[in-house]
Amino acid sequence: MQLVLEKRAERSRTIALVSPLIAIGLTLVTMSVLFAVLGKNPITALGVYFIAPLTDGYSLQEIAVKATPLVMIAIGLSLCYLANAWNIGAEGQFLIGAVAGSWIAVKTQGTEAGHWVLPAMLVAGAAAGALYALIPALCRVKFGASEILTSLMLVYVADLLLDYLVRGPWRDPAGFNFPTTAEFDPVATVPVLIEGGRLHLGSIIALVVVAAAFVLLDRTIKGFEIRVVGVAPRAARFGGFNANQLILLTFAVSGALAGLAGIIEVAGPIGHLQPGISPGYGFTAIIVAFLGRLNPVGILIAGLFLALTFIGGEQAQITMKIPLDVTKVFQGILLFYVLACDSLILYRFKLVSAAPQVQRAAR
Amino acid sequence: MLDPAPATPQTSHPLLQTVGLTKRYGDFLANDSIDIEIFPREIHALLGENGAGKSTLVKTIYGLVQPSAGELRWQGAPIKLSGPAEARSLGIGMVFQHFSLFDNLTVAENVALGLDGKEPFKAISARLADVARDYGLPLDPSREVWQLSVGERQRIEIVRALMQNPKFLILDEPTAVLTPQEADQLFVVLERLKAEGRAILYISHKLDEVKRLCDTATILRGGKKVATCNPKRETAASLARMMVGTEIKEVKPPAERRTTVPRLVVNDLNLAPSELHGISLRNISFELKGGEILGIAGVAGNGQDELFAALSGERLVKEPGTIIIDGLACGHLSITQRRKMGAAFVPEERLGHGTAPRMRLSENALLTGHAAGDMVRHGFINAAATLRTVDLTTETFDVRKAKRDPEAASLSGGNLQKFVVGREILRGPAVLVVNQPTWGVDAGAAAIIRQALIDLASAGAAVLVTSQDLDELIEIADRIAVMFHGHLSEALPRADATREKLGLLMGGATLEKEAAHAIGA
Ligand SMILES: Nc1ncnc2c1ncn2[C@@H]1O[C@H](COP(=O)(O)OP(=O)(O)OP(=O)(O)O)[C@@H](O)[C@H]1O
Ligand SMILES: [Mg+2]
Repeated sequence: MQLVLEKRAERSRTIALVSPLIAIGLTLVTMSVLFAVLGKNPITALGVYFIAPLTDGYSLQEIAVKATPLVMIAIGLSLCYLANAWNIGAEGQFLIGAVAGSWIAVKTQGTEAGHWVLPAMLVAGAAAGALYALIPALCRVKFGASEILTSLMLVYVADLLLDYLVRGPWRDPAGFNFPTTAEFDPVATVPVLIEGGRLHLGSIIALVVVAAAFVLLDRTIKGFEIRVVGVAPRAARFGGFNANQLILLTFAVSGALAGLAGIIEVAGPIGHLQPGISPGYGFTAIIVAFLGRLNPVGILIAGLFLALTFIGGEQAQITMKIPLDVTKVFQGILLFYVLACDSLILYRFKLVSAAPQVQRAAR
Repeated sequence: MLDPAPATPQTSHPLLQTVGLTKRYGDFLANDSIDIEIFPREIHALLGENGAGKSTLVKTIYGLVQPSAGELRWQGAPIKLSGPAEARSLGIGMVFQHFSLFDNLTVAENVALGLDGKEPFKAISARLADVARDYGLPLDPSREVWQLSVGERQRIEIVRALMQNPKFLILDEPTAVLTPQEADQLFVVLERLKAEGRAILYISHKLDEVKRLCDTATILRGGKKVATCNPKRETAASLARMMVGTEIKEVKPPAERRTTVPRLVVNDLNLAPSELHGISLRNISFELKGGEILGIAGVAGNGQDELFAALSGERLVKEPGTIIIDGLACGHLSITQRRKMGAAFVPEERLGHGTAPRMRLSENALLTGHAAGDMVRHGFINAAATLRTVDLTTETFDVRKAKRDPEAASLSGGNLQKFVVGREILRGPAVLVVNQPTWGVDAGAAAIIRQALIDLASAGAAVLVTSQDLDELIEIADRIAVMFHGHLSEALPRADATREKLGLLMGGATLEKEAAHAIGA
């Protein structure tokens, strides 16, 4: 017997929806084994990870807060991936956006600057993210450099730049030498939605981004161009769609969204610029994009799910002493299964006996 | 047993038999309880209109499609094929209507991927060259597929199938894209395979060919078998009648078409190839008036693809005045801008070039329709308008499909061709550039398409048709030029364009004479 992959005639819609669920199921099974190996009760551990955070209001808000950057970044990435452009450096674009926006916050600190500050910060963050993403995109278009490598390498440049700024020029003089800027002024802070809560305006912006992406992909000619270039490059050229232009466009948009997410995170939940503002949002968003089928609504759901793993991971560390890195392991395994299950969409498994069975007509 | 044993058709048993074979796609019956028998040492034709279910039937025999009901028998014994690998191991080979080749791999690598055994690559390469030479199908094993013409690609598929030494070979419309010479070469190969005792199942829309070559013909209509006959005892008309159920209309070129101003002018077009083995276009000049159809004949791979790329704007030329559409120099303008000027284009390859295979027909209507018309308003897609184009094309060109708006790849080859051509004609272009307009289209639909091209010209459009089918060009074109080694010959008026003259030009015969003229002048 032999297992072969056979191409499907038409893409199966059912499988497209079921595949991520299968991936999640397989991940949970694998995690249970891992918990058992770590000497924890798998059932309790999974409960702490995935059920407990859903049972109290504070955690629910926290999930939305964590999902906000994930969803915004993943939406941008999905545009790139649909167009066959591989932006792996959203983490760097996120950081650069945070830095650029913070620059305005730092410069206006303690002045009479009015309500223009926050909008200006958001614009600066988005613009910086877009420009930063255009570097690998231009290298790809002009010189044929692999955008996968260049975008990834620029993550570390952004990381070190941020580190330098908060340890040097922007360090809070009253901050006991901690590498951080001073707490941003109220006009430089993203407002919360519920008084005393954690949920902030950024979550609304993320929802708007999801809706906009849906309209873009489903209803506009630009979205159509992005989709065709990815699945049938030659037909796209025949259609008059310029692949290079679309690489630049999708990189710029995804960079802008990552940068925007970055400045929202800093000006919102964190409140100042410091190293470690991202637990790897830019990378986790890659998983979100694929788990969400590169579909805006799917990404919204996947973003909430992965935010849950961050919160669950924190609680598991506190209550069960499970290392925080297990969350990363979980996310890695999930990406692996998602990509594996994706094959099921274009192909199907078939059991084939090595030699064809010739059944004698029994009569 | 592995060697195809000689046998006489009368006494032998069928090599392959289908009994009540049925294939359903949803509510749609692509094959409806089909019984056929195929004997060794026989060339068996499978005939039918576009969408009659021919490809579906042979894909089932090759194990690619699972039947919904009925059974297959191989040498009398029922078999269940769970995939093509099993079919191949029985000795069934197949050459597809749409090729399954990897563009970025070489000929030899593609062949190696398609073989099941553990033969080393070097040996495969050598054997490939041997088989190709032996059967007179020249192929360079080290060339990459993306550089090859459709005719050459098909050769790969045929040689790949032959390398498996099949007892039963299926060919799905092999001659659709071949020149008469290439087709003749193929018939020699097929006759030889038959003499070697193999069975051949042969799908074609070219009935003359079938009468010449085939011993038996099975005719499908609407998924059902309607007859089995000896094609040599039938006429092309009687075969067509069985396929369609009614008589086929003749294409009537209007007695006289009035030509107007030049609408497509090409001035001394020279273009270096964009790829290693491409053909460079040399001094191509012609003028095409409104109301006129210019035919371009020639063996595939003589620069037709390059000319198409330059005319369509897929490749730009530096000097704008090299290509003039309706009086406007547009060599530097993109394909979208040229479409806005009223030009329309139909490439040779319908899957992957003319359409995105995995997208719906409405989306593929948008692919070329977005430039002009009402499909896009302020950047937003008007879904109703794209569907209208699908419906209109379906109706006008009789595109048969299982549902209203399926993926392009699920259409039968000929029906997709009708869609791709119809989509452009219905835009009412001023200039239409079309490559192989009736590739793989059945006689009835071919007549509809040719008539539409003639009507388009009669309405004042300039139509440029590139085709390997000389009969087609002689039937519809007012003038015919021949492409050879990137050079376009002087266009002959239809009255002068005999098969013989064109054949000579296609072999490059007059090139030297012309050169001598040029020096003498
Ligand atoms: N995967 C599929 N899903 C739905 N319908 C299909 C699928 N494959 C084929 N069909 C339908 O089945 C019918 C028969 O298709 P098939 O490809 O067998 O036709 P054909 O006789 O080979 O035509 P042609 O001469 O145009 O190649 C067509 O109407 C086609 O739309
Ligand atoms: Mg077919």
